[in-house]
Amino acid sequence: MREFYGVALANPLMLGTAQYPSPAVLDAAFRASGAAVATVSLRREAGQGQAFWEIIKGLGVPVLPNTAGCHSAREAITTAQMARELFETNWIKLEVIGHADTLQPDPFGLLEATEALAADGFEVFPYTTEDQVLAARLLEAGARVLMPWGAPIGSGLGLNNRYGLKTLRAAFPDVLMVIDAGLGLPSHAADALEMGFDAVLLNTAVAQAGDPVAMARAFALAVQAGALAHAADPMAPRDMAAPSTPVLGKAWL
Amino acid sequence: MAEVTIIGAGVAGLWAAWECSKAGLHPRVIDKNGPPGAHGCSWWAGGMLAPFCEGAVAEQQIVQHGQDAARAWAEVTEVVHRGSLVVALERDKDELARFARRTSGHALVTDDLAQLEPDLPGLRRALFFAGEAHLDPRRALADLLAALAARGVVVEQASASPDDVQGPVLDARGYAAGLPGLRGVRGEMVVLRAPEIDITRPVRLLHPRHPLYIVPRGAGVYMLGATQIESTDARGVSARSVLELLSAAYALDPRFAEAELLETGADLRPAFADNVPRVIARGRVLHLNGLFRHGYLMAPALARQAVAYLTTGETGDLLHAD
Repeated sequence: MREFYGVALANPLMLGTAQYPSPAVLDAAFRASGAAVATVSLRREAGQGQAFWEIIKGLGVPVLPNTAGCHSAREAITTAQMARELFETNWIKLEVIGHADTLQPDPFGLLEATEALAADGFEVFPYTTEDQVLAARLLEAGARVLMPWGAPIGSGLGLNNRYGLKTLRAAFPDVLMVIDAGLGLPSHAADALEMGFDAVLLNTAVAQAGDPVAMARAFALAVQAGALAHAADPMAPRDMAAPSTPVLGKAWL
Repeated sequence: MAEVTIIGAGVAGLWAAWECSKAGLHPRVIDKNGPPGAHGCSWWAGGMLAPFCEGAVAEQQIVQHGQDAARAWAEVTEVVHRGSLVVALERDKDELARFARRTSGHALVTDDLAQLEPDLPGLRRALFFAGEAHLDPRRALADLLAALAARGVVVEQASASPDDVQGPVLDARGYAAGLPGLRGVRGEMVVLRAPEIDITRPVRLLHPRHPLYIVPRGAGVYMLGATQIESTDARGVSARSVLELLSAAYALDPRFAEAELLETGADLRPAFADNVPRVIARGRVLHLNGLFRHGYLMAPALARQAVAYLTTGETGDLLHAD
């Protein structure tokens, strides 16, 4: 597996740490998922969630802090700097929200913040759309990983624009890409990996499931299946039926 | 003469005192701030006795023990037995079906909703949890204090830790006890007066971003709660949280826009990793802690198990020996 800013992940799965029924369920679900990265939101828990952060550090995987809830480049940059101090990591999942209802990224603020943070030594994971032009600009600005959305955050809709995502994947075959946001089912995660994305990031789909631990396990299996399928070079879909049993030698009367 | 010392006069400490007294013990109750008030998180509670609703996310122990809370509280204070309602905006109606799958003790009401709560306009369906109840937390604490005073138990204002005291100690200091594994979870609430609105039982609004509950306190006063943030920041309520709570209330009933804002509050709920309260037995000291958002729901059961252990050595499911 390719390396995310020098870190190889054991599994192509990143899992968020918000919205679980309790930290005990979070811990159990996390372990069942086999997730290789834990994301944590800083904006609201800023400053003093010490006991909760200890639980997250105790998960034993790299922590990817995010700037969830930031609506401007400036806010996101400040939050990223706080995150770097708190978690002693240069990683930052950069969210600059452009629209309160859809929570879609603000491409202009995102580019501005990516440029500033990359120049400041951060290793940026920008949460972006499937837009290719924006992708190219983010890479120019210093990002080496992209996190295109599947669908709006928390919507559980899956891969909303398969054409756009497929084109994005094909346009930058060497760039690491993580499908972030909008996944609701393990099949969505498998789909993303089958399409050649390097990993998926999710939170609500597991945290808000009736049984978060079982759902975490389901996602663990799905990402394995998806990655394996992609590596196995899937057949191309065909319009015409092709018999899978040879007809040669069959009695033909 | 005191046979047992209770440190902390929040809902857990006072219930422990009440259980001690019922068991024939003479408790001494000490709190560094004196009787309950704005300094303790019990002051900021909603007062819902809603074990079935809590079961949507809480462990089974909360559902089970919580079912006894309404009866226990009725020993000392007025408990309103009108059930509770869970509703969703038309856009989020799938959330209601989901909540129903994850809880028990409810019935779906549609046409009858207008009879249950005539003043909840615009809602077509709700889940009715007929077996649930609510109380006014501050009145309940005052009534509990009065019941204790009638038995000669008063709250002394003094600073003490278990080491300062001889004999058996029930430590109910909440987050301030600083126990290993205990964390603070910030909660924020708003109290407002909306005399034009007449809701008679707690209403929970399932909202994908801003879940809300409204608890009627009588005379047109309503408590709106509550945020749940993994932070030990104990400063006053944030503008954002007030915006969210009020917006959700406004979405439920636009008349809330005209309400008078009486009070806001924020405090830290002490919680263990599984969000289930515990009695931790450590020698002569029993720590009653981690009541999280279930203070009024779980204090009676927690106190009962602590006192049972103290008097008979019986170990209930909430008891952890250290």
